[in-house]
Amino acid sequence: MKPAAKSNIDQNSVPLLEARGITKVFGDLRANDGVDLVIREGEIHALLGENGAGKSTLVKILFGSLQPTEGTVLWNGTPVTLRSPSEARALGIGMVFQHFSLFEALTVTENIALSFDSDVPQRHIEQQAGDLSIQYGLPLDPSAIVGDLSVGQRQRVEIIRCLMQDPKLIILDEPTSVLTPQEADTLFETLLRLRDEGRSILYISHRLNEVKQLCSRATIMRHGKVVDACDPREETASTLATKMVGASIANLVVQPPKDRGDIVLSIRNLSMDAANPFAVALRDISLDVHAGEIIGIAGIAGNGQGEFFAAVSGEDMQEDAESVVLEGVPIGHEGISQRRKRAAAFIPEERLGHGAVPQMVLTDNMFLARHASDADEFQKSQPLRVIARNVVNAATKRVVEVMDVRKSAENPPAAALSGGNLQKFIVGRELDRTPKLLVVNQPTWGVDAGAAAHIRQALIDLAANGSAVLMISQDLDEIFEASTSIAVMADGRLSPPVLVGETSREDVGLLMAGGQSDAA
Amino acid sequence: MEVWVSIIISVCAASTPLLLAATGELVVERSGVLNLGVEGMMIIGAVTGFSVAQVTGNPYLGALAAVAAGAFFSLLFAFLTLTLVANQVATGLALTILGLGLSGMIGEGFVGQPGIKMQALEIPLLSDIPVFGKLLFGQDLIFYLSIALVFGVSWFLFRTRAGLMLRSVGDSHTSAHALGINVIRIRYLAVLFGGACSGLAGAYLSLVYVPQWVEGMTAGRGWIALALVVFASWRPARLLVGAYLFGAVTIAQFHAQATGIAIPAQFLTSLPYIATIVVLVLIARNRRATIINTPASLGKPFVPDH
Amino acid sequence: MRLELQKRPQSSKALAYLSPFIALGLTLVAGAIMFTLLGKNPATALYTYFVEPLFDPWARDQIILKATPLILIAVGLAVCFRSGNWNIGAEGQYLFGGMVGAMIPIYFNDWQSPLLLPMMMLMGMIGGALYGYIPAILKSRFGTNEILTSLMLVYVAQQLVDWLVRVPWRNPQGMGFPGTKSFNESAVLPDLMAGGDAHYGAVFAILAAVLMWFMLSKTLKGFEVTVLGQSPRAGRFAGFSARQMTVFAFCLSGALAGLAGIAEVSGSVEKLDDKLSLGYGFSAIIVAFLGRLNPLGIIAAGFILALSYIGGESAQIMLGISDRATRVFQGMLLFFVLACDTFIHYRVRFIPTPNKVNA
Repeated sequence: MKPAAKSNIDQNSVPLLEARGITKVFGDLRANDGVDLVIREGEIHALLGENGAGKSTLVKILFGSLQPTEGTVLWNGTPVTLRSPSEARALGIGMVFQHFSLFEALTVTENIALSFDSDVPQRHIEQQAGDLSIQYGLPLDPSAIVGDLSVGQRQRVEIIRCLMQDPKLIILDEPTSVLTPQEADTLFETLLRLRDEGRSILYISHRLNEVKQLCSRATIMRHGKVVDACDPREETASTLATKMVGASIANLVVQPPKDRGDIVLSIRNLSMDAANPFAVALRDISLDVHAGEIIGIAGIAGNGQGEFFAAVSGEDMQEDAESVVLEGVPIGHEGISQRRKRAAAFIPEERLGHGAVPQMVLTDNMFLARHASDADEFQKSQPLRVIARNVVNAATKRVVEVMDVRKSAENPPAAALSGGNLQKFIVGRELDRTPKLLVVNQPTWGVDAGAAAHIRQALIDLAANGSAVLMISQDLDEIFEASTSIAVMADGRLSPPVLVGETSREDVGLLMAGGQSDAA
Repeated sequence: MEVWVSIIISVCAASTPLLLAATGELVVERSGVLNLGVEGMMIIGAVTGFSVAQVTGNPYLGALAAVAAGAFFSLLFAFLTLTLVANQVATGLALTILGLGLSGMIGEGFVGQPGIKMQALEIPLLSDIPVFGKLLFGQDLIFYLSIALVFGVSWFLFRTRAGLMLRSVGDSHTSAHALGINVIRIRYLAVLFGGACSGLAGAYLSLVYVPQWVEGMTAGRGWIALALVVFASWRPARLLVGAYLFGAVTIAQFHAQATGIAIPAQFLTSLPYIATIVVLVLIARNRRATIINTPASLGKPFVPDH
Repeated sequence: MRLELQKRPQSSKALAYLSPFIALGLTLVAGAIMFTLLGKNPATALYTYFVEPLFDPWARDQIILKATPLILIAVGLAVCFRSGNWNIGAEGQYLFGGMVGAMIPIYFNDWQSPLLLPMMMLMGMIGGALYGYIPAILKSRFGTNEILTSLMLVYVAQQLVDWLVRVPWRNPQGMGFPGTKSFNESAVLPDLMAGGDAHYGAVFAILAAVLMWFMLSKTLKGFEVTVLGQSPRAGRFAGFSARQMTVFAFCLSGALAGLAGIAEVSGSVEKLDDKLSLGYGFSAIIVAFLGRLNPLGIIAAGFILALSYIGGESAQIMLGISDRATRVFQGMLLFFVLACDTFIHYRVRFIPTPNKVNA
C-alpha cells in the first residue's frame, strides 16, 4: 500500500465501509467476482472501469438494490446485510444515480419525500430542502414538476434528496456525464465541501482527468474483478487508462487535413415545432457540411439533438423542402428511405429500440436500415418484395468481419450483443454502403474503450475518403478528438461551427450552457 | 317535480356501476397497470352477488361476496401480468372472456329467478325533505359508497404517502425500484382494489339496478368504465362528471324509447357506445393533455433485477 | 416462497413451439378438475369433449364449419396484433361484412348469376374493411385508443343488424320472425361435401392463412408488420409508417372478418338473421394467441377451438354439461397460453422465502 503522503486519512483506522469478496452471479454471468473495496472516512474514492466491468452491480449491492451471491459488507467494522435501499439509507449510505431515479410527473418535494421511509409532512421536507439548497449553493424550486427541469437541475434534486438523509457515504454514478465543464466544476466544489465535512464519497467515472483532480484513492475493475488500486494523483491519465482497459488503446490516426471538398449537406433556417410536450423545438438552424469534414455537434442531452437528428434523417420531414439540401437537391419533404437512396446514412443514439430491433436477429437488423437504399439487391420478385435472405446474410457477414463484431451465436438477436459490439455492427451497417453523408448521434455512448476507438477511427477514415460526417456527441473528449469543426447545440439552436484548433473546452462549455437560463 | 326526482335517481342508478368500476380502474392505471378485464371482473361480481344473495337471502352479504370475488378474479390477472410479465392487453382480454364464460356457467341455475333488491336506506326525517331528501338521503348504500370512494381515492392518491408511492410506481417503475419501493407489491394491491371495485359494480347491477341475473348483463359497461378513466384524464373527481354524463345518456335513451319517439330502439341502445367513441375522440384530440396526464409506465412490463 | 424471472439470453425456440401444447395440457388438467367439481367423471367428459367428435363424420363436418370463421378472423387478427394494433372488434367487422355482402341477394333476391357469389364475397370484404377502417383512422388521426373504439363498434354493429333484420329487411312471409328472405341458390356458397354443412369458406380460410404466412415470413410488408409491432421507433427509423400500418392492419383483418361473415351468411345460414353474432370475433382472439400469431399455427388452433365447440355440444346432450363450460375452457386456454409464453423468454426460479423479504 502506498503511503498516504498526500492525504491526511489514517489508513490504519477502521474503514467506514468495507466490501469483502463480493460476488454476484446473473445466470451464467459473474458480474462481480470476489470484489474487495475499502472506503475510509473523509475520502473521495474513485471506482474506475469500463462499461460492463461490474461497477454498477457493485454499487447496487452497496446500496441494497441487489443482494450479493457471496461476500460481506462491513460498516464501521461490523458486518451488515443490506436487504433494501432503505436499510442502506438508514445506515447512512446515499446515492446519486447516473440515469436519475426521479419521477418526472411529480414535484421536487414529492420526489424527495419518496426517499423517506416514514411519512414526513411535505412542509418539513420543503423547509429542509430549502435550507440545504441554500447551504450548498444548489438552487431549487420545490414545487416545480421534475419533468420541466433541465438535466443539471435534476441532478441537484438527486443530490439534495441524498443529502436530506445526512449520509456518511455518498455514491455518485457518472455524475458529470450530463454536465457542462462549468457545471462539473461547481459539482466538484460541492463534493470537496462534503468531504471536508467528514463525509466519504464513492465516485464512479471513466473520466480520468476528473478522477485525478478529485480522488485520493482509486479502485479499478475489469471483467467483474478488482484488478488494481492506486492513488490516482500519482498516475497519469494514460497509465490509469491502461489499468482500466488492460491494454493500451491505439491512438487515433488523424489524416492530415485536406482542403474541404464541395458542400454535401446544407441546412438553411431549419425550424421545427416540438412534437410533444417533452420535446425541444428546433430554431433557425443553418449549417454546411463539406466533403472530408467531420462537424462535431456538442451539447448537453435534451437540448434538441434528438430532434435535430430526426429532422436531418427525415424521420421528421420538413415543410420547406429547401431547408435541408443534399448535394444540391432539396430533400426537406423526403422521408428517411428517400434520403438513404441519395446516399445518406444515419446512426441514431439509442441502439436498442431505435437503431436496431432488440428481439430481431442481426440479419433482420441489417435489412431494417438498408431495405430501401439497397432495394435492388436486398429485395427480389417485384412487386411482391420478397426479402433476398442470401444477399442480406452476406452483407451481415461482411460487416461482422470488417468491424470485428464479437457475438455468441451465428445470428443472435441484437439484444444479445454487448453495447460495443452492437454499436460496431450498426456503424458498420452504414459504412458498408460508403455513404456520401453520415449523420451519427452519440457514436460511442456507453461503449467500451476498444470499440470506441475503432468506431472513431472508422468515422475519421470515412471523412478522409471524401464523405461528409455530422457527429452529434455529448462527450467533449470525443468531439475534440475526432471533429474538424465544432458547433454547439443549446435549447434548439446551433452555434456556427468553428475549426477545432480555434476553440477551447471552456468556450464550448459556455456555449453549451447558453440555452439554460439558470446554468452555473 | 316528482318525475324529475325519479329521473335523477334513475340516472344515479345507471351511473353508480360505471363510477365504481372506473374508480377502481383509475387506481390500477395510476399504478402503471392496464387491466382491460373490467368487464370480466364486473360480471363475476354480478353473478356472485346475485347468487350469494339468493342463497343467503341477504343482499349485503351478496355485495360483500361480489367484492371478494372481483378481487380474487383480478388476482389471476395480477399473477400473469405482474409475476409472469404476460402481455397486459391480452391478459385483460382473457380475463373478460373467462369472466363471461364462468359467470354464464355459475348463473345458469339463476336465470329468470326474481332477485333480492338491496333496498334504499331511508334516513328518517332527512329523507322526508321535499325533493332533495329523496335524492340525498333516500338512496341505497352502494350509491353512497361510490361517491365516498371517489373522494376517498382522491384523498388517498394526492394526500397520503401510500398514494404518492402508488403514483411514483405508475410514473417510473425503474426509479421506484431503485429507491427501494416494492413495485410489484404496490401493483398487486392496486389490481386487487380494482377487482374489488369492479366486483361491487357488478353486484350493483344484479342487486340494485336490474335486480336479476341475466347472462352478459354488464353489456359493455366495463369497457365504458375504461373509457371513462381516459375521459377523466386519471383524475378521480372528473370521473364523477363522466360517469354521470353517461348515466344521463343511458336514461335519456330509455325515456326516449318509452315515449315512443320514432327512432328505432336499436339506435337508441347504441347511443352510449357511440357516445363513448365520440368522447374518446374529443379527449384524444387534445394530445398534449393526454401525454402529460397518462401514467408514464402504463402497460409497460416490469421485471426487477435480483 | 416467491418466483423470480431471469431473462434468457436468447428466447427458447423449442419452448416457442412447445408452449401452446403445454398450455393445452394444462387446460385439460384444469378442465378435469372443473368436471370433477361439477360431479362428472372427468375422463368421460374430456373424451366426449375432445376425442369423440373426431370419430364422427357429422361432427367432423361441423368442426370444419366452425373452424372456418375462426381461422379467417384469427389470421387477420394475427397481422393486427403482430403490428401492435389491438383490434378486438372483429365481431363487429364480421357482422358488418356479413351485412354488406348480403345486400345484393336481399335487394335482388331473384338475380341468378355466376358473378353473384364473387361479388358478395368482395362486398363482404369491403364492408369488413370499412368497418375496421373506423377505429384505424381514429387511432392514426387522433390517437384514440383502438381497443375501446373497436369494441364499442361491436355493440353498434349488433344493434344495426338487429334493426335491419327486424324492420327494413325482414321477410314479410317470415311469420314475424326476424330475418331476411332465404337466398336463391346462386347466392349460396357451395358445400364442401354433398350433404354436409361445411362450405367453401373453409378453402378461403386455408388460402388466407397460407397467403398471410407468406406475407409475414417472406416479404418486406411482413417485415414491416413485425418491426412496427416490436419497436415502433425502430420502424420509423426504417422508414415505415406506424399510422399507415394501423390502417393497413385494421382494413386487412376487417376484410378477412368480413369475408368470414359473408361466408357464414351465404354458406351456412343462407339468409341474414339476428343470430349471426355468435362470438367468433372474440374466440378468434384465443385462436390467434394459441397459434402464437403464426398463420399456419392458427389453422391448427382454429380446429382445436372448433373441436371444443362441437365437443361442448355433444357433452351437453350426452352428459348434461352446460354448453357454457366451452367458453370457460376457451378462457382458461387463453390464460394458460399467455402464461406459458413467459417461459419462452424467461427462466423461472423459485426462491425460498428468507426471514424478511425485501425484493
